[in-house]
Amino acid sequence: MDNIILEMRGITKTFPGVKALDNVNLKVREGEIHALVGENGAGKSTLMKVLSGVYPAGTYDGEIHYDREVRNFSTISDSEHLGIIIIHQELALVPLLSIAENIFLGNEIAANGVIDWPQTFSRTQGLLSKVGLKEPPTTRITDIGVGKQQLVEIAKALSKKVRLLILDEPTASLNETDSDALLKLLMEFRKQGMTSIIISHKLNEIKKVADKITILRDGGTVETLDCHNEDISEDRIIKGMVGRDMEDRYPPREPKIGETLLEVKNWNVFHQQHRDRQFLHNVNFSVRAGEVVGIAGLMGAGRTETVMSIFGKSWGHKITGEVFMHGKQVDVSTIPRAIDAGLAYVTEDRKQLGLVLNNNIMHNTTLANLNAVASNGVIDDHKERKVATDYRSKLRIRSHSIYQEAVNLSGGNQQKVVLSKWLFTTPEVLILDEPTRGIDVGAKYEIYTIINQLAAEGKGILMISSEMPELLGTCDRIYVMNEGRIVAELSKKEASQESIMRAIMRSGEKH
Amino acid sequence: MVIETSAPKTTPSIGDYLRNNIREYGLLVALVVIMLFFQFLTNGVLFKPVNLTNLVLQNSFIVIMALGMLLIIVAGHIDLSVGSIVAFTGGLSAIMLVKWGLHFSIVVPLCLVLGGLVGAAQGYWVAYRKIPAFIVTLAGMLVFRGLTYLVLQNRPIGPFPKDFQLLSTGFIPDFLYFLNPLPGVITNFFALVTVLVLVALAIYYGIRDRRTNDLHGTENEPFAFFVLQMGIISAVAVFLGFQLSTYKGFPNVLVVMALLIALYTFVTTRSTIGRRIYAMGGNEKAAKLSGINTERLTFYTFVNMGVLAALAGMIIAARLNSATPKAGVGFELDVIAACFIGGASASGGVGKITGAVIGAFIMGVMNNGMSIMGLGIDYQQLVKGLVLLAAVFFDVYNKNKG
Repeated sequence: MDNIILEMRGITKTFPGVKALDNVNLKVREGEIHALVGENGAGKSTLMKVLSGVYPAGTYDGEIHYDREVRNFSTISDSEHLGIIIIHQELALVPLLSIAENIFLGNEIAANGVIDWPQTFSRTQGLLSKVGLKEPPTTRITDIGVGKQQLVEIAKALSKKVRLLILDEPTASLNETDSDALLKLLMEFRKQGMTSIIISHKLNEIKKVADKITILRDGGTVETLDCHNEDISEDRIIKGMVGRDMEDRYPPREPKIGETLLEVKNWNVFHQQHRDRQFLHNVNFSVRAGEVVGIAGLMGAGRTETVMSIFGKSWGHKITGEVFMHGKQVDVSTIPRAIDAGLAYVTEDRKQLGLVLNNNIMHNTTLANLNAVASNGVIDDHKERKVATDYRSKLRIRSHSIYQEAVNLSGGNQQKVVLSKWLFTTPEVLILDEPTRGIDVGAKYEIYTIINQLAAEGKGILMISSEMPELLGTCDRIYVMNEGRIVAELSKKEASQESIMRAIMRSGEKH
Repeated sequence: MVIETSAPKTTPSIGDYLRNNIREYGLLVALVVIMLFFQFLTNGVLFKPVNLTNLVLQNSFIVIMALGMLLIIVAGHIDLSVGSIVAFTGGLSAIMLVKWGLHFSIVVPLCLVLGGLVGAAQGYWVAYRKIPAFIVTLAGMLVFRGLTYLVLQNRPIGPFPKDFQLLSTGFIPDFLYFLNPLPGVITNFFALVTVLVLVALAIYYGIRDRRTNDLHGTENEPFAFFVLQMGIISAVAVFLGFQLSTYKGFPNVLVVMALLIALYTFVTTRSTIGRRIYAMGGNEKAAKLSGINTERLTFYTFVNMGVLAALAGMIIAARLNSATPKAGVGFELDVIAACFIGGASASGGVGKITGAVIGAFIMGVMNNGMSIMGLGIDYQQLVKGLVLLAAVFFDVYNKNKG
């Protein structure tokens, strides 16, 4: 029974000035799903990089026992050779190549450099059926969704005779249906005796699949929980991660709701690429002062597209409809006009769309309202510095100074910089698109606190989130979207995971 | 792991400071080393007043175009057409001056506008039609070279009127000749006085900036470093100024170039336009979603490049005293190389005016030094290529290490 496939003992890894891992121990039994959790920066990814040989033996202290032997991997291929395959959060697929080409990339079935296509395709077919994909092997990666791409990555791992599969945040960018499919697949693999390590922030998913949970905090092992011995609640896990009880994951708020700020009427938008396809149909909604309004929906429901098309027509074409602020119609046809009208949009993808990563905190903070720290086109250094310093302390951005480059900040702090940027434009309505995606529990709490403060100041908040508990915990009112339509409007009292899912399912039947 | 906001501020040591700024000082040191190296190899010819003057005249147009090219590269683009624009505007100026007999005070602004239009014609496709700049300007390189042959009808045009030639061959007159204490040695006292005044002003403003920084609680570079840096730069400036003052003083082109360098340094470091170009080059989508009109900004960086290339075109035409269809062939490569040697990043968002200027002079000094030594164009190209590769390797190496 005591079939330990992997044991990492006393792993210590230091980077210049930082101890990223401090005497970490991890024991994984063969055939189990082992979850690795912890706040961002706790050392999960570093630990997996040590294991897979990204950091070669000798650059860390401690021992790795795999398959009853001490292993010293000096490259990734060393560990892959023994069946340790890691799938990173950012998928490593070539978008314009086919599924088959991607699966066997670097590992082609070939004789003397000539690829054996028939065998490649038939083996791909076999692998795809194992992960439940029905796409033909010649389909290009760019033509399938993120969920399916993730499955292709897994098929690629299977092609390498994987024994220990490591998944870093596999469901971070998947919707619920795709996540469920992926988790089911993992459980299927477990039946066949495969071992997996899964890193995730989504505690409900971990609860669903994990046999054991190892919690890391600040580079050290906190504890390993056995899910079969006791019923482990999410709060129990969080307690281990943050080192304190988190009474409530959502800070309390007394809503003081005022007049209507933003009102959108009869909003119709056609698809950006498929130009004759109408994507949004007659969307109507409003946000009042001091109110936090949520938009729930599945991936592809049109939530991001709705707000982006409103924010300076950043998405879609043939956009028709009216936008009102304080009951007066406003022009939001370009981004500067939308900003002038009092809107701000914190994007979903902060690295691609939110930050200039190689610029420092100060430059990012003032970017959207540079004229406020300049006169006649000349930047007033001292004024700019003061603004950045103020926001850094107000939003508690952890950095060594305002001159630190955004790329070196943790996810939560990056998000706070994006928030600073938009708060500095003094918007009346702040649109937040997945504001807590990929950031740790502690930072999430801080973001919620900021949201509450803004609402208390009388700003209107419109929040898109794929995490339903988050919407339920923070919003006063929730719109439900599906297939480009608003299909329900639920008050705080009416809203629950069930009522939201019911609204989505019912609307699906109608069309 | 997490650095608290309340952590005490530590002043960086000189060593830390050097490490963080190694790129900029490294470049300056490299220029000085290369100059000394050729001074030695050419038996002291390099620093002779005549040669220093030549160095300025030969490189001014590369430096001027590097200013515009840096903005384009920082914005995330490239412009391969500048050599052709140089020939085209040089040719147009020749036709207007020589064939039509227009006065240079009309021709110069007119050619600058035409250069801007050429830049606009290319910027339009890049900015609003989203065609990669490499392709647009490659097309432009062919189109404007072809047009140059057409307007010049395959023949050089010249000579130019005397007043136009002064743009390249003229010197700032010695307004202060009556105060000259050493008429036997110094032949242009005004140049020497100007350099001394500028050095004094630089020191004054440097100290003043440190004071205001202290007042606002902003970190200063270590004081010893400030003194050392100011000392070296002042000494070099005074030396070069003195050398020039023993010849004909400041070439007109040097003044034009210096003013432009100052202007573009200001624009890139202090103005909202500059900041926005850097942000756009760093992340165009994020910049656009922050309300920056990225299309217009891109468009104007190309217009700006066109204007500067036109200016360079006229300087070259005036210097050669003739406009030829073959003028400026291969200049785009020198200009782009200057920017990359100066630390600009090919992926955009990174680069400094001072870097590009020093980069241009590194190339210029090597050209000049090797010419004096009698090395042929073959070796010159070879050495320049290797220096470019080495400089960029140094960048990449530093980045990976840090």
